[in-house]
Amino acid sequence: MTTKNLICIGCPMGCPLTVIMEDGHIEVTGNTCQHGADYAKKEVTNPTRVVTSTVRVLGADIARVSVKTAHDIPKDKIFDCMEEIKRTSVCAPVRIGDVLIRNCAGTGTDVIATKNVPRAGALPKE
Amino acid sequence: MKQCDIVIIGGGPAGLAAAIAAKKAGADDILILERDSMLGGILNQCIHNGFGLHTFKEELTGPEYAARFIDEANALGIPYKLGTMVLSVSRDKELLCINPEEGLFRIAAKAIILAMGCRERPRGALNIPGFRPAGIYSAGTAQRLMNIEGYCVGREVVILGSGDIGLIMARRMTLEGAKVKVVAEIMPYSGGLKRNIVQCLDDYGIPLKLGHTVVGIEGKERLTGVTIAAVDEQRRPIPGTEEHYDCDTLLLSVGLIPENELTRGMGISLSRVTSGPQVDDRLQTDIEGVFACGNVLHVHDLVDHVSEEAALAGESAAVYLQKQKTSVPHKVTINAENGVRYTVPQSLDIDNMKDAVTVRFRVADIYRDRAIVVCYDGTEVMRRKKKIMAPGEMEQVILKKSSFSDFPALKEITVRTEAE
Repeated sequence: MTTKNLICIGCPMGCPLTVIMEDGHIEVTGNTCQHGADYAKKEVTNPTRVVTSTVRVLGADIARVSVKTAHDIPKDKIFDCMEEIKRTSVCAPVRIGDVLIRNCAGTGTDVIATKNVPRAGALPKE
Repeated sequence: MKQCDIVIIGGGPAGLAAAIAAKKAGADDILILERDSMLGGILNQCIHNGFGLHTFKEELTGPEYAARFIDEANALGIPYKLGTMVLSVSRDKELLCINPEEGLFRIAAKAIILAMGCRERPRGALNIPGFRPAGIYSAGTAQRLMNIEGYCVGREVVILGSGDIGLIMARRMTLEGAKVKVVAEIMPYSGGLKRNIVQCLDDYGIPLKLGHTVVGIEGKERLTGVTIAAVDEQRRPIPGTEEHYDCDTLLLSVGLIPENELTRGMGISLSRVTSGPQVDDRLQTDIEGVFACGNVLHVHDLVDHVSEEAALAGESAAVYLQKQKTSVPHKVTINAENGVRYTVPQSLDIDNMKDAVTVRFRVADIYRDRAIVVCYDGTEVMRRKKKIMAPGEMEQVILKKSSFSDFPALKEITVRTEAE
């Protein structure tokens, strides 16, 4: 039997949740609504996050283009993803949604641009 | 002198949404003035996701959210000037501006929308004793250095203040390989969103020390460490509770202040609580034809609310241009009482109001099982039970025009909290 304490992020209440796991059975206490139970179950079985960061961009007026994983990835893969993001650099122009890293860190999820970055000097003035 | 129907000061989320709404409401001659080299404002450096859940029903990053509005403004052909600073504005709506191409120039506007946003409270506002070495940043400055300019800001970090930017930066710096040792918050509760505490601190095992502050800063050239102590109810450090942390970076996330130098220069009345202008239900300030929206009006938690509010300011400016002078308005003041720190708007023009007006406010403390109560001249007209309210999460009530029909001589509206 394992016990885990979490804080629900469903609303400002921030209910303190206690999750008890035993033989594949999950029991959630401390929640005041169904959202809390759903959140806790996902957190203890398959916690995932969208990772956001920046990638070096060459030939642009700015140094970095912001990026994100196209979908949420397993929480324990966050730092593997970051390692690959840090090693990457791209050339301007970049458009929102461009795939900058395919299948990042073997997660099956691409890393995509979240900002339009035109070539250096191509920014419209007015 | 250049003439313009509507000049919008600021090309961030508020300015963009105001411009789009003004255009859609029939205004044609609109100009956005932005001092940065790109549109989008603070969203450009907010690379994390979670924006737009209300507006677009999906989780976007800051730059993506901004791009939706920039694309729409471009599609509508709304002109803007980048790298342009507004130096002053006169009461009759003449703007003095400067940029590298045109030098110093003036614009005469028929209506102005103030959308200058806010800035961070600096170290100087805190009276922290100690040296003044390098390595002390406001959280938003560090965010810009890291996310836009691509610098490594520091390796061992202490964060003072648990505002959302500080929490977001705790995660961001951890992902980039820094060790965030502690987040100290002087209040007994965090001013940040619950989601950020869990996903930015708890996820990475970063401790949050409530009721603690920085009492010492060490290091002559570069920061070498800080001392943190617990505080009593009067927020005075308690002797004997000091703890030392070795660190090369201290981030301050200790509040935001609406940037109202221009507003003050125009002689517009400001609220002492919000530090933003006092506005009516059309978000008009006490100078006719001058409107305000976004963080320059009051600091928001969610950009979705900024966009919504700014759209109202834009529409109001367009309507103002089209309308003949109306009869003397029946203005009713909105009072904030008993746990409600302020309201925006602060007054309401019952005759000319829209069918529904959203009144936004913040509460003074963490309240459990309290009700939000609205009274018209002392008569209770609305009561909504809330399990929990917190200063860090903006609240709102919606007042319908129809609700005023029984109160023809109404003088004041009161919004307050009451224990249930």
